[in-house]
Amino acid sequence: MNSFTFTQATAVAGAVQDKAAHDDAAYIGGGTNLIDLMKENVARPTHLIGLKKLGLDTIEALPDGGLRLGALATNADTAWHPEVEKRYPLLNQAILAGASPQLRNMATDGGNLMQRTRCYYFYDLATPCNKREPGSGCSAIGGYNRVCGILGTSEQCIATHPSDMCVALAALDTTVRVSGPNGERTIKFEDFHRLPGDQPERDNTLEPGELITGLDLPAKGFEKNFSYLKLRDRTSYAFALVSVATALELYGNTIKDARLALGGVAHKPWRDKEAEAMLIGQPATADTFRRVAAKVLENAKGYGANTFKIELAKRAIVRALKQATEMNQVLDTNAFQNSNP
Amino acid sequence: MSHTTDYIGKPTNRVDGPAKVLGTAKYAAEFNVPNLLYGYVVSSPIAKGKITKIDSAAVKALPGVQEVFTHENVPGFAFLDRSYKDDVAPGGSPFRPLHDAEIKYSLQPVALVVADTFELARYAASILHIEYEEEAHATELAKRIDEAFEPGRGKTGYKPPKSRGNFGKGWKQGVAHMEANYSHHAQHHNPMEMFATTVEWLGDKKLTVYDKTQGVFNSQQYISKIFGLSKEEARVISKYTGGGFGSGLRPQYQLFLAVMASLQLERSVRVSLTREQMFSFGHRPETLQHVALATAADGSLTGINHFAVAETSQFEDFTENVVGWSGTLYDCKNVELGYRLSKLDVFSPLDMRAPGAASGSIALEIAMDEMAYAAGLDPLEFRIRNYSDFDQAQNLPYSSKALRKCYAEGAAKFGWEKRTAEPGSMRDGKMLVGWGMGGGIWDASKMPATVKASLDADGHLTVSSGTNEIGTGTYTIMTQIAAESMGLPIEAVTFVLGDTTLPESPLQGGSWTAASVGNSVVEACTKLGEALLKQAQKMDHPAFKDAKIDDVQFANGQLRLRSDETQAVVLRDLVQASGESKIEAENSTVLAKLEMLKPPKYSMHAHNAVFVEVKLDPDLMTVHVTRVVNAVAAGRIINPKTARSQVLGSVVWGISSALMEESVMDHRFGRYMNHNYAEYHVPVNADIHDIDVIFVSEEDDKVNPLGIKGLGEVGLLGVAAAVTNAIYHATGKRVRDLPVTIDKLL
Repeated sequence: MNSFTFTQATAVAGAVQDKAAHDDAAYIGGGTNLIDLMKENVARPTHLIGLKKLGLDTIEALPDGGLRLGALATNADTAWHPEVEKRYPLLNQAILAGASPQLRNMATDGGNLMQRTRCYYFYDLATPCNKREPGSGCSAIGGYNRVCGILGTSEQCIATHPSDMCVALAALDTTVRVSGPNGERTIKFEDFHRLPGDQPERDNTLEPGELITGLDLPAKGFEKNFSYLKLRDRTSYAFALVSVATALELYGNTIKDARLALGGVAHKPWRDKEAEAMLIGQPATADTFRRVAAKVLENAKGYGANTFKIELAKRAIVRALKQATEMNQVLDTNAFQNSNP
Repeated sequence: MSHTTDYIGKPTNRVDGPAKVLGTAKYAAEFNVPNLLYGYVVSSPIAKGKITKIDSAAVKALPGVQEVFTHENVPGFAFLDRSYKDDVAPGGSPFRPLHDAEIKYSLQPVALVVADTFELARYAASILHIEYEEEAHATELAKRIDEAFEPGRGKTGYKPPKSRGNFGKGWKQGVAHMEANYSHHAQHHNPMEMFATTVEWLGDKKLTVYDKTQGVFNSQQYISKIFGLSKEEARVISKYTGGGFGSGLRPQYQLFLAVMASLQLERSVRVSLTREQMFSFGHRPETLQHVALATAADGSLTGINHFAVAETSQFEDFTENVVGWSGTLYDCKNVELGYRLSKLDVFSPLDMRAPGAASGSIALEIAMDEMAYAAGLDPLEFRIRNYSDFDQAQNLPYSSKALRKCYAEGAAKFGWEKRTAEPGSMRDGKMLVGWGMGGGIWDASKMPATVKASLDADGHLTVSSGTNEIGTGTYTIMTQIAAESMGLPIEAVTFVLGDTTLPESPLQGGSWTAASVGNSVVEACTKLGEALLKQAQKMDHPAFKDAKIDDVQFANGQLRLRSDETQAVVLRDLVQASGESKIEAENSTVLAKLEMLKPPKYSMHAHNAVFVEVKLDPDLMTVHVTRVVNAVAAGRIINPKTARSQVLGSVVWGISSALMEESVMDHRFGRYMNHNYAEYHVPVNADIHDIDVIFVSEEDDKVNPLGIKGLGEVGLLGVAAAVTNAIYHATGKRVRDLPVTIDKLL
């Protein structure tokens, strides 16, 4: 870890100006990932801009029926917010599937989006890594890649975005609000994170100096039929091998609307809109789910140690969709009777 | 006769519990001595080659950096290899930190940056410029089997496995057979506390060394020999150890570096390793094993064949008993055993909880399950039919062996009789249910240990010995034994350990501390008792005039006649009457040392039987270990509370070995890649469900006077195999390469 200076920002505009005034500055929220990266010498900012005094930590209803999560609200406060629990239980489940209570108490919602992708080699300075040192090569390809991606990978990088929360945010059509040197703008969630392509050092589409100020959830929360299924090497405190966020709107046994996103498989939360389209209008049956799962993984590519994720992801999709369907049957006795003659 | 001062065998809270909970228990890196300097270790990025250039000018120019130590400027210390050998060094040439330009393994320490603050040292280390010339390395055991050799010189105490009978004949006699290969990967101890040493410079080469170790005397003799320090100059202290598991049995390189820097700079110095650097020394070696078994029509074993190849370093032959247990645990005339090592470009492996046995029992106990199925027998019934009442390997009777009780009581508690044999035949709703079992055997050892017992005029007893507390409950059980021996309330007794100024004790390992130090506590207390009796006789107490030590007892704070308990004198009064501030006594280890030279009359072992239930999701193949019953026969249990904790920890580790734990090496770099707690998986609380620990009664007056067999290792044995066997029972899938991660079950 190198020496760095620190200022505590008290307003968004000031934070953005401070960032522009320094060459190697970084914003710091909860610091649950950045501090790790600094200790490992992977990130070497010379100036940190603290965000915890900005406010932006509230969760408020929006006029269109949606919900705004302040960028500095903690993951824990978000998961347990009554509106989130009631109207966006998928988000509640996804957040609680991630990290540990201690980390969730520190980590912020904006920071959750900003955590770097995971890969053993990214964290080990003794090995080449295109993300850490562009052009040095990808060690995960041909190496140990259990946590690495199977979808949307490139020859430059197969790292995965580790967030659970973001998988749910992707499925729920969230909008990311940012402020930067050129003012404010919004970014659709699916456009926020990017695939590695030939620029694996870039995890997202933020412009230099831009700061996340909030996340807007649309009114539709799919509170009736949803599932966040996370499969990992131990029951807690492990990154997903594969996770699935799914949300359904059912009419009887017919799927009226559907959301499907995967975690642990790609450089970004992997939302598959074609798969969602395939679900809509179909009966919520194992057969439908299997066809959709096959479609999602159609172009998947394994790299040896992570090839099993292709099969695991298919099974996880089928199970998550089944869970989302059946919870309605359990919760709503009439629907259960109607759809099961 | 029961006294209020009887403690042995009773559940007793940890006497060091409050210190740990309140944070007053200090660990090696927490001694903030004045004017302390901080050393940070730079580790090699390559696995083999040479350092060709070191440019430390930029680092040395940083204000606050005191020195950069490398092989180029560290003076030569002791010349001979034997000066670098510690108590448990394997045969070969011990690694010398910063000795020359040669790189022998990835993460080898190549420089120590010493600075005024830890943060500065860490930063300076990150910009130190070192160039290397890489050479081809070999780290893949599977590719080095052909180079494997039978180790002639291993660790002290290592005996090559002994075959007997004729396995070929036994194999032919069998009507049912099994034969398979098994493997598991390297594991690193990863105790929570990182290795660290704080050296306090007291002037004129006099040092107080706070070290993370499982043996203060081992650390002391290591630095004394290398740096030419006297025992007075090199005092080593370790009062608390944040987990050992064997990693502290050898002095690690931070000890060398901290002492070296302190002597060179004539300052106090601390060196702490990072979590990544916890992967830079000893580990449980990867093994590749082969087992073949044959049974007669009645299910009796007619032949056992067990062969193992393990990794070692290029510079030492680390040996452990992997296959020997297969010649002891079950009754069989024809046993063929083989054990070989293959040299890789890694650091020497190191004893890790149940060294050898944990690895060997994985293969043997899965093979026994496979054999039971091949012979059409229940796995428990199969083991009972092959019960060994006599140690055929040593040709000795057992001092005691209550393994039958482990089988019976464990099975009853678990409900084993409800098991249906067919794989996949048991369900809980949609979940597949599997029941598996296993077990093991471990040496009941005792080493010479010196203990001093000292009673002061306030009636407080201080018992001391330079042993260590690695979290197993040593402070507590020694306090119990001493309190009961002298008939004092536990609050009136303090046990002191972890200091080379105390009477000498062996390394804390091998499951021998309770027996070794415990019996010595009794001996020292007996001697103290004799001194107190003498004092009573001096005081003209008529009742004790002609009394011998066997005629008296110590209970409820008094010395009293066995024949008439009303004839008593308060212990405190004896010290006060003596005119001295205390009366003290030390045991002698002469007899214990002689005993070790004699051939043993008995085979002395602890045993266990473990029963495991797993539940699996049939589609996702996620495994949950829902129930474990571990029945242990380990002689007398001094403290059922701390003993249970030890076995609970063993079970958790067994589950970890079965399902999660492995140090994954990228052979292209010769480097472990999951070198942190995020990716080196061990279970979290959510992975652990019901664990029942049973201590079956096992009285043994031959093993040692207290009848203690030790619990450090035995609880771990057979757990990983039992989990794997349960997975087979649930799914019909036989996984022979551990850990059984989800990819192996899909």
